[in-house]
Amino acid sequence: MPANQRSFVDEMANFKFSLARSLKLKEVMGYDTHRIVDGPVCSSDLACFGLQHLFRNNLLSPDGFDALYVVTQSPDYLMPPTSNVIQGRLGLKHDMFCMDINQGCAGFVIGLLQSFLLLNQPSVNRVVLINVDVLSRKTSARDRNSYPLIGDAASITVIERCEDATPIHSNLKMDGAGREALMIPAGGMRLPSSPDTAVVEDDGDNNFRAKDHLRMDGSAVFNFVQVEVPPMIEELLRTAGATTEEIDFFLFHQPNRFMLQKLADKMKVPYEKMPNNIVEHYGNASGVTIPMAICHNLRERLLSGSVRACLAGFGVGLTWASMLMRLGPLDFCDLVEFP
Amino acid sequence: MSRIEEILKEIRPEFDFSDSEDFIADGMLDSYDIIMLVAELDKNFGISIAGVDVVPENLRNIVSIEKLLAKYVAKS
Repeated sequence: MPANQRSFVDEMANFKFSLARSLKLKEVMGYDTHRIVDGPVCSSDLACFGLQHLFRNNLLSPDGFDALYVVTQSPDYLMPPTSNVIQGRLGLKHDMFCMDINQGCAGFVIGLLQSFLLLNQPSVNRVVLINVDVLSRKTSARDRNSYPLIGDAASITVIERCEDATPIHSNLKMDGAGREALMIPAGGMRLPSSPDTAVVEDDGDNNFRAKDHLRMDGSAVFNFVQVEVPPMIEELLRTAGATTEEIDFFLFHQPNRFMLQKLADKMKVPYEKMPNNIVEHYGNASGVTIPMAICHNLRERLLSGSVRACLAGFGVGLTWASMLMRLGPLDFCDLVEFP
Repeated sequence: MSRIEEILKEIRPEFDFSDSEDFIADGMLDSYDIIMLVAELDKNFGISIAGVDVVPENLRNIVSIEKLLAKYVAKS
């Protein structure tokens, strides 16, 4: 995660809202500090820094993995893939499967699922999954809907086969009809970036952004999550023959505290089993919030033991995915600051 | 003034909520104000309004909010 830490209280003056409204928002949504890159830092910069940390500390060897998945919505370039950029920058071996996945808040679960599928190949023994986004660079600093919660970060997850035959259950759902609820309208082929798309405008709610910026329909996203996530988890648990009480932790993507508390209430899960403290410390870094929640809340426990965890991600696409697995013991589980 | 009106006034003191049939269409509440409103209703009435009920139809005027509250207060 970037060392650069910003505070919602310091940024409130950027938004065209009263102090009282902003403070209330802080309390309910859990906005406090967030980590964002300082300057033109790219996804591959965070990812390479993290991988080099692992190499330097002998936690992973540069030629010790056979596939590299990069899940990002903020690639270095439209082409080539960021996974290839990382491979080239670090001089990784050529017989390596590199692939980018354009996914966001469900991207950790989707990345794990893809990694597990790839590990079915006899020639693939270890997969590195990188979730990374630097979406603060595509978010208007005058957009109170998005900017206070945005975070930048990368997570690196090393996945390999093990002898434990405990099944891992997962489900994955998508609805492209909701594709406009979370989007960056300009910058692709449909609407290339231009001086016009860089013009910052009032959206009518006193939030100011350009077509080049991230746009979130907060009401639509909130409603989608509340309607779709609880039945998805019910279905997952039913398939696995598990009950809510048997799950140690519900490690869900963390857009804001209020949304998670409403999910926990609906699913009758105690708040302490569903951590909601990532946005207040680091911001919402898309697919990285779940691994961040693991490192921030469960590090000690997972280095020496394991928990039965239900993971769930939901967001851009629209996409929602969940996974039930025994998590841990882990060989390493660290939060590292990008200088 | 009812407790609901008092809560609305705390969120947006600049508006007279007794005058409007649709707070959202009239620009008195935005999507984040609705979240604030639900959080305050939960706290003040000792309930937890389900996320699926946090939709404009249930929160657009005093009558719809009263109806929503009645559903939860009756349950508890």
